[in-house]
Amino acid sequence: MEQLLKTLIGDTLLNHVIIAALPLVFILLFALVAIYVEMKMAAHMQDRLAYMRTGWHGVLQPIADMLKLLQKEDTIPTAADRIFFILAPYVVFIGSYAAFAALPFGSSFIGSNLNIGIFYIVAISSLVVVGIMMAGWSSNNKWSLFGALRSAAQIISYEIPSAFAILGVVMIAGTMNLQELSAAQTGGVQHWMIFGGTLPLMKKLIVIPVMLVLFVVYYVSSMAEVNRTPFDIPEAESELVQGYMTEYSGMKFAIFYLAEYANLFAVSAIATVLFFGGWASPFASAMTGPLWSTFWFVAKGMLLVCVNIWLRWTLPRLRVDQLMYVSWKVLTPFAFACVLALGLILVW
Amino acid sequence: MKVISKVSDTSLNDLVEERMNPVVEYFGNIYRGLKTAMIGMQITFKHLFTRAVTIQYPTVKMKLPERARNRLYVNMDDCIGCDQCAMACPVDCIDIETIKSAPEDNLGMTSTGQKKRLYVPVFDIDIAKCCYCGLCVYPCPTECIKMTDVYEFSEFDRHNLIYSFSTMTPAEIETAKVKAKKMEEEVAAKKAAAAAAAKAAAEAKAAAPPAPTPASGEQQQKTE
Repeated sequence: MEQLLKTLIGDTLLNHVIIAALPLVFILLFALVAIYVEMKMAAHMQDRLAYMRTGWHGVLQPIADMLKLLQKEDTIPTAADRIFFILAPYVVFIGSYAAFAALPFGSSFIGSNLNIGIFYIVAISSLVVVGIMMAGWSSNNKWSLFGALRSAAQIISYEIPSAFAILGVVMIAGTMNLQELSAAQTGGVQHWMIFGGTLPLMKKLIVIPVMLVLFVVYYVSSMAEVNRTPFDIPEAESELVQGYMTEYSGMKFAIFYLAEYANLFAVSAIATVLFFGGWASPFASAMTGPLWSTFWFVAKGMLLVCVNIWLRWTLPRLRVDQLMYVSWKVLTPFAFACVLALGLILVW
Repeated sequence: MKVISKVSDTSLNDLVEERMNPVVEYFGNIYRGLKTAMIGMQITFKHLFTRAVTIQYPTVKMKLPERARNRLYVNMDDCIGCDQCAMACPVDCIDIETIKSAPEDNLGMTSTGQKKRLYVPVFDIDIAKCCYCGLCVYPCPTECIKMTDVYEFSEFDRHNLIYSFSTMTPAEIETAKVKAKKMEEEVAAKKAAAAAAAKAAAEAKAAAPPAPTPASGEQQQKTE
């Protein structure tokens, strides 16, 4: 990609700006598609039709929503802390967006081929906690504050099981570089990490249940990281109005919304890279190649996003204490035990 | 999960409940949580492919039951001006005025075979006030006021919701009124003449002395 741009424009700063802006384009398009898919899936699961009037079966509705948000009045409460209030959505968005830099979109499309790719992603996506706290405090609104504090507690508690799950995969693969992780899973479904990666068969049989548990642990904690039901206490729509986003309207709200969908895709993408082969095709040799790999990456990501939406409209919301129970008393011990087991298996 | 302990000698034991082994409870909870989540996901997945129950309103409309009570309709050909519906209405939304017709006028017959005797120049229903109770329908002797199944009749101006069902033109109303007034005057004149004649007869009778009747007086004393 960089080579292509270099030949077109020459080695200027514009190159880097364009490459940095590409995931933004992807996020915007993805948000449009994701909003539509979520509404339609939610509706059909509830035996109702969603949008039917704007465009054929409502395909133009996300654009209408976007236009609505753009032309809404951007209010700032008088007693709110102006600087933090204005900065907060952007900090949250930066936290989600920066994770896209290290995601391997294809065998030759990766923003930044970091050797500590996954470690960087986990670290930078903690920035959203800062943004959420800023949003909650500066809104000068009790309910926003509650939402923000709960959200901060939630995200911090769920980072531990998620980090353990990632650690397990890194132990098997031996690298934190996401591009190499995906490359190690090429050659068919049997090489996917959830099926043990490229270990010998005997070890695989013992590792597979451990990897399944690790995947469940990672998926559940990633849902909590992005504040999706059943963990959406911070935005509990029926309890705290919109939680920490209550006082936001117009463009700032749009940025929060965008950040939520960006985060959603980012964690689904990480889950596919870690467990389901990233951009590796499930068939050993068919449908491989740079463009196909991008297709597989996006398709698998979308599949996990759909599972996320499916879970959102199935499960009721967890209470705050239940949320903490799940994180500290269930996910963390299980993740720890799995990592321990993996360590023993690999050493043997 | 709690297990009620077995009945034993002391009555206090009946109130104590034994807890299950906490380790088993912990794993049991996790297993149950995952299992119920899976069951839930199955159900929603199944519903993903069931037909939606939404009816897309303006293009598709639901069929109303046969006796649905919506906008009122009055068939003026059958209206005999009896005012029963206006009297039955709980919110007084029906406004009826009638004019008497002369015996020789032919206003027509109702569909039930009655001869109409009253002109109805004003039959206004304020459908904004109407509460759709249907109490006006039953008293009508000719069944001319009905509730239809029309429910899409919003107007921009409230005054457009006052429906006038009367079919008389202003000219007809005028002639009917004039005729009625003339008739009334004739009747009044006749009455005055009759009253005058009766008065004259009464005065003539009073001039003759009243005759006593003793037989009726004795009969009265016996029955007491």
